[in-house]
Amino acid sequence: MAGPHVPGMLKGLGVTFGTAMRTMFPRRGIKTIIPAPSKGALTVQYPRESDVPTPRARGVISLNEENCTSCMLCARECPDWCIYIEAHKTLAPPRRAGGKPRAVNSLDRFDIDYSLCMYCGICVEVCPFEALFWSPEYEYSEIRIQDLLHDKQRLGQWFETVPDFEAYEAGSEAKVKKVPR
Amino acid sequence: MTHMLALDLAYWQQTIIRVLLGLVAVLLLTGGVVYLYLFKFVSFMQSRLGPMEAGPYGSMQLLAEVGKWLQKEDVFTENSDRLIFGLAPAIVLTSTFLMFVVIPAGPNAVIADLGTGIYYVLAVSSLSVVGILMAGWASANKYALMGGLRAAGQLIAYELPLVLAVVGVVIQAGSLNLQQIVAAQSTGEMFGFGGIGSPYVITQFIGFMIFIIAVQAELTQTPFDMPIAESELVAGYQVEYTGIRFLVYFISEFATAVAFAAVASTLFLGGWALPASWGISRDAMHWIGPLVIATKAVLLVGVVFWVRFSFPRFREDQLQRLAWKVLIPLALANIALTAVFKVVF
Repeated sequence: MAGPHVPGMLKGLGVTFGTAMRTMFPRRGIKTIIPAPSKGALTVQYPRESDVPTPRARGVISLNEENCTSCMLCARECPDWCIYIEAHKTLAPPRRAGGKPRAVNSLDRFDIDYSLCMYCGICVEVCPFEALFWSPEYEYSEIRIQDLLHDKQRLGQWFETVPDFEAYEAGSEAKVKKVPR
Repeated sequence: MTHMLALDLAYWQQTIIRVLLGLVAVLLLTGGVVYLYLFKFVSFMQSRLGPMEAGPYGSMQLLAEVGKWLQKEDVFTENSDRLIFGLAPAIVLTSTFLMFVVIPAGPNAVIADLGTGIYYVLAVSSLSVVGILMAGWASANKYALMGGLRAAGQLIAYELPLVLAVVGVVIQAGSLNLQQIVAAQSTGEMFGFGGIGSPYVITQFIGFMIFIIAVQAELTQTPFDMPIAESELVAGYQVEYTGIRFLVYFISEFATAVAFAAVASTLFLGGWALPASWGISRDAMHWIGPLVIATKAVLLVGVVFWVRFSFPRFREDQLQRLAWKVLIPLALANIALTAVFKVVF
């Protein structure tokens, strides 16, 4: 049996004590002696101060309705079937004068049930038309569970909060995607 | 204190006042320790803030928690032995409160100044094993039973180094009475130097370390918390307890921590007394004494919690090995050495 490693144990005590001291006395200089744990701790006192989401935070899924073709890929790939899509066919004006009117899908309903969603992001990954995006917003809890069903209008409002994609790390050859606005 | 207030109280009146003051002091200290360490210091160790909402800086959090526990349903399992199950927390709490009876907090501030005080403390503190075994057995739950058995094995194993570590102090002070041990540290001198008295933490350093380690195990705090190991035994013997009965376990856990810390500071850090060479009058010590021992005890409880939240749990066999193969031989060697020094010098 390897005996208890006393120097290592003392070091461990030092680590925890050091962290406590850094949390309690985060200030430098003469102000060091004044305890200010609210500054030293990593905790965000949420209702009083709001959290700054990390880059690429998965807060809520937003819909850019113009780009959606009702292809149903997202609804079919969704692991817990929380996306509901209904559409009907309509005729759009021809691209060029004298051409034939185009048959397009017009969205009647695009709902995401956030009481079911597990935030896997597969729908965002799978969408080939740049219609679904992550937004970092997170304040959408509800009193009643049925209010967590966000319709396409609400999902469209979330789209306005989508930030630009961040640059990749230096030397990356992939181009940074653009959010269609 | 009574002669200072020029009161002539009957014995029963004095007893009631002492018991009430003692209860208030114990509960205040326990609550303070829980807030200071369990809520705050541990949070700071983990870069958290701890409770902040109930009262300024979360200082009323404990009251909120007590209120929550009091509301909860008092659940008995179907097969539990209701009488024993209900009695077990009471026994554990009684054992805790009985420990405070002999701990002196001033020249007169002691509920009962027994001639064999330290012997009484160690005897009464091991009473809690009975309560824990009762809880483990009466819960009719395999996890509770295993937790109870582990607790019994652990508490009995660490009772020995605890007692043996104290023997060194008793030899050096020449008394089992806690007041006399305090007096011996206050008036004593080390190798002719009496400036800080003779706190036994210096001369009995090995005994002090053994005592603190054994206390950590007696309190079943983390490096030694197999009886309630949450990842193996859910919560050990506490698993079936809810509401007020769980609250009693909670209080007794932290009150015992305060009690052992107070005993340790009495035995090793000089107790309520300041060094006699400082020349503070006995009348002043009536008021300073309780503050001195409370400060020492709270700081020692801080060490217990510091260790608790720094280290992971030992394995059951490592725990027993540490007690029987390391601590007890060390404590015996310490006793022999102390006895030799006592005779020689």
